[in-house]
Amino acid sequence: MKKFINKVEDVVVESLKGMALAHPELEVKINPHFIYNKNLSKGKVALISGGGSGHEPLHGGFVGKGMLTAACPGEVFTSPTPDQMYEAAKATDTGAGVLFIVKNYTGDVLNFEMAVEMANADGIKVTNVIVDDDVAVKDSLYTAGRRGVGGTVILEKLVGAASEEGYDLEASRELAKKVNINTRSLGVALTSCIVPAAGKPTFEINDEEIELGVGIHGEPGRKRAKMQSSDELTEYMFNEILNDKGYTRTQREWDIENKEWKDITLVDEPLQAGDQIIAFVNSLGGTPLSELYIVYKKLDELCEKHNIKIVRNLVGPYITSLDMQGVSITLTKVDDELLKLWDAPVNTPAIKK
Amino acid sequence: MNFTKEMSIQWLQKTTELIKENKDYLTELDAAIGDADHGLNMDRGFSKVMEKIFSTKTNDCSDVFKTTAMTLISSVGGASGPLYGSFFLKASMSCKGKNELNAIDFVSMLEAGVQGVVDRGRAKVGEKTMIDVWVPVIIALKKENGDDLVQLAHKAVEVAEIAQESTRDLLAKKGRASYLGERSIGHLDPGAVSSTLILKALDSIVENK
Repeated sequence: MKKFINKVEDVVVESLKGMALAHPELEVKINPHFIYNKNLSKGKVALISGGGSGHEPLHGGFVGKGMLTAACPGEVFTSPTPDQMYEAAKATDTGAGVLFIVKNYTGDVLNFEMAVEMANADGIKVTNVIVDDDVAVKDSLYTAGRRGVGGTVILEKLVGAASEEGYDLEASRELAKKVNINTRSLGVALTSCIVPAAGKPTFEINDEEIELGVGIHGEPGRKRAKMQSSDELTEYMFNEILNDKGYTRTQREWDIENKEWKDITLVDEPLQAGDQIIAFVNSLGGTPLSELYIVYKKLDELCEKHNIKIVRNLVGPYITSLDMQGVSITLTKVDDELLKLWDAPVNTPAIKK
Repeated sequence: MNFTKEMSIQWLQKTTELIKENKDYLTELDAAIGDADHGLNMDRGFSKVMEKIFSTKTNDCSDVFKTTAMTLISSVGGASGPLYGSFFLKASMSCKGKNELNAIDFVSMLEAGVQGVVDRGRAKVGEKTMIDVWVPVIIALKKENGDDLVQLAHKAVEVAEIAQESTRDLLAKKGRASYLGERSIGHLDPGAVSSTLILKALDSIVENK
């Protein structure tokens, strides 16, 4: 393993300390770890996300005006612990309440659930939203459900803008759910990645093979295939997203009023001709921007062919899987409300507008 | 023989030791169907428990388990943190106010812990999780209805080892392994294996009494 690291066990803390120095506008707390925006706006809902490290710039790079209020990084590819979210909630709640944005992984979901219960016990008005946009996962009955991947970036931007606009806690959560059911993603990997503590690639793959339908943790995907051209892979990803029919899932949501968990059912609406979308082409860490544009070129052509209008786009490495070579495509169907929120100002280390 | 506070500490010490010995093995199992961090996370968590347990004032088993729960919850991460944390939290609540645990109290304590795991993770038997070890163990121990801790601990390990092995043929329906679909078959569940280690630690310390 060759990496710019000093000691394996110091990776997360050293990276956070460096980030604090590079971004003095943010406050970085160590033990428990969380990054937050020092300039809190009174009366605005605090948006707190978090997850394993190794997906940078997600989530810490999205802390700032118009996006996240705080981010809680766990160990590499390991969810953060409830005390991190609880402390972040205490540090950032200005009375309007706290919305936890959780990617749908069992560890993240369980740790955030405990954090919700802790914040609630402390009198903080709190609720959660679960992001699950990965169409590689076909059913929710026999799996832990769709994973939260690229859609998380879009959701954090849009809900961040809404909070700035003054949406209250419930309205922010409902907006987040609306973004989630209108967002779909799919990823393809050419290589695995090396988790520092493991020191070797998570899975073996030869030069002629690829993994289709990967998540963001260097794990194998839904199936292995022969390497193909960029256009063929882009078409595969686009078709998987386009042909994905309504997906139904049950999620656990914290009831703000009754202060208890309840099960809610959400159903996706399939993409259709005439829809307007935000198109997001993402690198999983090891794929250069030049290749992302090759993917984007084909994606643009495919959207036009299917009469789907790309009204905004995002191209770059925003939700990564360490050094994995791979690309994910995320398409979010937007209406005037979402488009206006997308265009709102944002000032974070990774996304500025 | 009753289960004492000293034994609860020894149980955790032995668990920490076994987790450390099997750290790489657990991580390897997790690399096959998960995200290659189970051994690392469990080792980090239980090492922290060892630091905390000797620097925190505890009066009884309940205090020891509560300290263990809070430490695991704030240091393990992943799904195992909340799951094992809930196990020890509910176990702690079940033996609150008891100086020592007799065999019946002890089985009730384990059962409460397992209920904590079920409530938090909402897994059912057969979904390739730690529940596949814990549920048959509790059923066997209640059926045994014995008053000898040594015998109960032996029984627990005997059942756990078979149950752990049975997770190999199961299709994962919970956690990250569930995304592999059919590809999850043929691998042991890492959580089932670490759960068996916890029971082996118990067996080893009661036997030496």
